[in-house]
Amino acid sequence: MFYREAGKLVGSFGKDRRMLPLLEDRWLAVLFVAFMYFVVTAIASDYMFTAILIPIMVLGVATLGLNIAVGYTGQLSLGTAGFMCFGAFSAFNLILRIDWMTIPLAFFLSGMIAGGVGIIFGLPSLRIKGFYLIVSTLAAQFFAEWVFNAYPWFLNYTSSGVVSLPMHHYRVFPGQENTPFNAAFWYSSQGRYLVTLTVTILLVLACKNLVRSNTGRNWMAVRDMDIAAKVIGIPVAKTKLMAFFISTFYCGVAGAMYCYCYIGNLDFMIFNLRRSFLVMFMVIVGGLGSILGSFLGAIFVYAWPILITRGSDFIFGGGAIDTAFIENNSKIVVGTIIIVLLIREPGGFAALWSSSKQKLRVWPFAQ
Amino acid sequence: MDYAFFLEVLVGGLLSGIMYSLVAIGFVLIYKSSGVFNFAQGTMLLLAALTFVSLTERMVNFWVAFAITLMIMVVLGIIIERTVMRPLANQSLLSLFMATVGLNYFLEGLAQGVWDSAVHGVNLGISNDPIFLIDKFPVLGLDIIVSYFDMAAAGIAGLMILGLSLFFTFTRTGLSLRAVSDDHLAAMAVGIPLSRIWAIVWAVTGVICLIAGLLWGDRVSVSFTLTSAVLKGLPVILIGGLTSIPGAIVGGLIIGASEKLGEIYVAEWIGGQGIEHWWAYTTALLFLMVRPTGIFGEKEIERV
Repeated sequence: MFYREAGKLVGSFGKDRRMLPLLEDRWLAVLFVAFMYFVVTAIASDYMFTAILIPIMVLGVATLGLNIAVGYTGQLSLGTAGFMCFGAFSAFNLILRIDWMTIPLAFFLSGMIAGGVGIIFGLPSLRIKGFYLIVSTLAAQFFAEWVFNAYPWFLNYTSSGVVSLPMHHYRVFPGQENTPFNAAFWYSSQGRYLVTLTVTILLVLACKNLVRSNTGRNWMAVRDMDIAAKVIGIPVAKTKLMAFFISTFYCGVAGAMYCYCYIGNLDFMIFNLRRSFLVMFMVIVGGLGSILGSFLGAIFVYAWPILITRGSDFIFGGGAIDTAFIENNSKIVVGTIIIVLLIREPGGFAALWSSSKQKLRVWPFAQ
Repeated sequence: MDYAFFLEVLVGGLLSGIMYSLVAIGFVLIYKSSGVFNFAQGTMLLLAALTFVSLTERMVNFWVAFAITLMIMVVLGIIIERTVMRPLANQSLLSLFMATVGLNYFLEGLAQGVWDSAVHGVNLGISNDPIFLIDKFPVLGLDIIVSYFDMAAAGIAGLMILGLSLFFTFTRTGLSLRAVSDDHLAAMAVGIPLSRIWAIVWAVTGVICLIAGLLWGDRVSVSFTLTSAVLKGLPVILIGGLTSIPGAIVGGLIIGASEKLGEIYVAEWIGGQGIEHWWAYTTALLFLMVRPTGIFGEKEIERV
């Protein structure tokens, strides 16, 4: 029924160590990326871009970032939204204050700045372990919420507390003014989608390579037992700080994308603790320590309330069910799913995916 | 420096710290007995207070409402133990924590779905008047003002702690609880029914949630913001050590005092109000840097 791994022999180490060793997987990946770039860009509606595709990718990147800390390295972090906030404000201030700044460079630098902040708040992890560590990341979360409110310089002295990002900020490459890909294009939902998609693909590739490299194996060794890791010669302190840096780098880029590609304005209120928990749910639902799972979790947790709203509109007519009911309902369902998943399938959707793949492989012969 | 003012801020902080301790004790009880870091504490607080308020608003007598809510919280605790905690026994600490985060979400939806998400007031009949402690400290010669309500809350918290310590020390159940907290496997081996002990702990936590929820509700009104009590309780137990009830008290006092003093003296210096939230966590962080498992926490011995 399904393609299988058995019998696919390789002739060299290089081929054996490929990111996707199966030819079918590689073709699927190429086809998927091509589909996202050419077909989706051509046919998706504005609503599809701005309300579904972009937020899912942005939140997926944030989830991936948190997954690096929690899923791969075992360092509990509840400050995701705070780190996203650092990224968003860094990107805004870089683009606002430096003339030649472009969006890709600003995203990269804001990731680096958020990563630096992440290292600072990750330092206590060298001494404090387990639950005690959440103090540090919660401090980061509340510090972010406070600092961007207390110092109006970060918001360019906007009195309302919300900055609408102007079109001339959307400078993706130098000299784009006279090409069809000018600021107006990147400002449109299609342009934002393309930026988000490219950044997401690059970050996923980087993460995929990181976790199968020395760095990633060190992370997992530290997660499984840090004393044992130390005994076999893994530099635990460096590994932990590296994980915090990469994790918050992803969160920072996600924060910058959240403002520039998704909502189009800058507002520290949205990066509150609830958003941190939302990302945490995405990690749990999707699967700890899984890249695919990060995105599956983001899709599920983000899309569930939309599905309920749309479904009820479809069945009962628009506005028949009030929003409070939907909100409470989606909370109950998401909470239940988290508990059920933890009991039945601690690996989350990613594990469900791999077990269903296995079922497809043996179907219809074995059960 | 104005010492009277300093002292007043300090006393106010210590008393509000007691309110944090109230939340923290619930945490400690569950962590001590089952090793679960119960993030749903804040929402259980909200659920208890909301149920009580909604009942009294429907003209139910104060004590009847109290009894009904008490029963609901106990039953809820037992249900949680049955459906969530028991299937997850012996799982990693992280997944147990995640489960309570899921539970938190579930209860949030439930509490607001069954009742409503409006802001309610609750009046326990404790006056909120200030007390002037003039000439009470003849040696120092200081006049300070404290809130009567805070004193009453501190008194209730003290009674609760006294009750809990008596319960832990002198009853058979309390002894089993201590045994379970020491070592699950050893406790099971000598015939202590683990699941029953956990059910008792969750039920007792439900009771603590009700009391803390009412006190907090009287102070800040019963609404969704009540769930943030969990965030006040967190640094408290982390300072005190996750397994120690005296630690929860001491931690509460430290956090309360540090928060209020920080708000007065530090916020001015770094140019911005409202530092309470992250200041509490920074204080906790500083303490943990010195003692990584809190002041009264048990030091874990790790072997490879």
